[in-house]
Amino acid sequence: MSTLRTEEMTLNMGPQHPSTHGVLRFIVRADGEVMREAIPDVGYLHRSIEKIAEKVGYHGFMPYTDRVDYVCAMFTNQGWGMASEKLANIQVPKRGEYCRAIATEFNRLASHLLSVGTMGMDIGAMTPFTHAIREREMINDLIEELCGARLTFNYMRIGGVAWDLPPGWREKALAYLDHFEPILDEYNALISYNKIYIERLANVGIISADEAVNYNLVGPNLRGSGIKWDIRKDLPYSVYSEFDFDVPVGKGEWGKLGDAMDRYMVRIRELKESVKILRQALKQIPAGPVLAKVPRNFKPPAGECQIRVESARGDMGWYAVSDGTGYPWRVHVRTGSFAAMGIIQKLSQGLMIADLVTLIASLDVIAPEIDR
Amino acid sequence: MEAARIYQRIKDRFGEHVLEISDHQPDPFIVIDPASIEEVGSFMRSDPELALDCLSNESGVDYKDRIEVVYHLFSYSKRHGAVLKVKLPRENPTVATLENIWKSANWMEREIFDLLGVIFEGHSDLRRILMPEDWPGFPLRKDFVEPTEYHGISTVRESPIIRLDPKKK
Repeated sequence: MSTLRTEEMTLNMGPQHPSTHGVLRFIVRADGEVMREAIPDVGYLHRSIEKIAEKVGYHGFMPYTDRVDYVCAMFTNQGWGMASEKLANIQVPKRGEYCRAIATEFNRLASHLLSVGTMGMDIGAMTPFTHAIREREMINDLIEELCGARLTFNYMRIGGVAWDLPPGWREKALAYLDHFEPILDEYNALISYNKIYIERLANVGIISADEAVNYNLVGPNLRGSGIKWDIRKDLPYSVYSEFDFDVPVGKGEWGKLGDAMDRYMVRIRELKESVKILRQALKQIPAGPVLAKVPRNFKPPAGECQIRVESARGDMGWYAVSDGTGYPWRVHVRTGSFAAMGIIQKLSQGLMIADLVTLIASLDVIAPEIDR
Repeated sequence: MEAARIYQRIKDRFGEHVLEISDHQPDPFIVIDPASIEEVGSFMRSDPELALDCLSNESGVDYKDRIEVVYHLFSYSKRHGAVLKVKLPRENPTVATLENIWKSANWMEREIFDLLGVIFEGHSDLRRILMPEDWPGFPLRKDFVEPTEYHGISTVRESPIIRLDPKKK
């Protein structure tokens, strides 16, 4: 019997793997079914967007920001807009801010629907995904009417948004929200409270509150660990201080606090909050211009600033340095997925291989946002 | 706490290690001697008045005559933030890692190393993160010249726009 021995296995997951949400690779060191460690290898989608910013100027960079995170491009648009506006001290007109809030909240719905849909698909439940995508398509239709694109929107400009809401769009949007809210309950009944589903998600990838802050997790991943923090609420930007909404946090209802189920439920509950914000925004939107007067030859004074936007994947930080010319000296985006990827190596220790997929999906990482 | 008061507190504690306090708008910052960044960092995290428990952003900037590493810190409990900077020489830019104070520094420092070539001393896993391992040079440096090919793959592409010349048959 002394000739029998066990051996550690090194497996390659990705870069082309259906559940890695883009082009991601993990080097998995496994002992049977249990992982010793999963080492993330990123960079397959690096398009040097920060370098491009230095070459194309302020206005010209706006369409490139769409590509930072194409699942929620409105937020990257807004981030770049806000950074440039802060550098040059430009005030966005009230209606422009409302248009931004409406566009981004619809985008948050679309992004969260994709996240919760693929969460089910990744662990083997195919049907909920089709339901989520069906709703997302309708939101894409609405956004297409707004800006002409379904994925890379290029809707915002420095100083506001490119176009006002089209005639009749408001009523359509409100009608969609009336349709969407009951669907959410249906979706919950279909998958969220399914016993098998909860068993797969609860107690997987537990992140404590201290760890979440230490690794700089943001957005639903941070709130899933029980920290009530939302940039929209706590450091209000745009017109978010005028809306009444809650910040859902993980409570550990099905397992330990900060597990995959908590992060999933935070997203589901945020869908409801976004609907709440949208209803108020569509009702309160004032008349007026949507775009401030910004020179075509945009040259903000020399200086630097950082702004933070609550994107669908959480606090997105834009650090911009201007040298007084028409081209930014340096732009750096710190995205939610980049931070979330940093914790996977630690969380994967001792996890089952099948649960790695759950872990990645519950952190809602989007590969282009990691690599930029 | 306001940024100016945070910086004053650090100045009181570290004296000559603080090289400059700038009230630059909109984001004031403080410049620290690179040799003492670890000490200042752990004070900012552990001091109960500051409690800057989150390293929210770390970025590198090449200013042609120097390289700056910029730390954006934030405190969830106190709801205030601070911006730290270190200025490094362009030849051999080296600074101590803050990975042992804030875990999030691990990946962000790898990115700065990858794109700007800053060496973080004591980092547990300092290797390229976004670029291929054998990529020459550091792309976000201002004097970086893009190679024309990489392993036989051209990095230059002809314009796909076909211009129709009516005279040409």
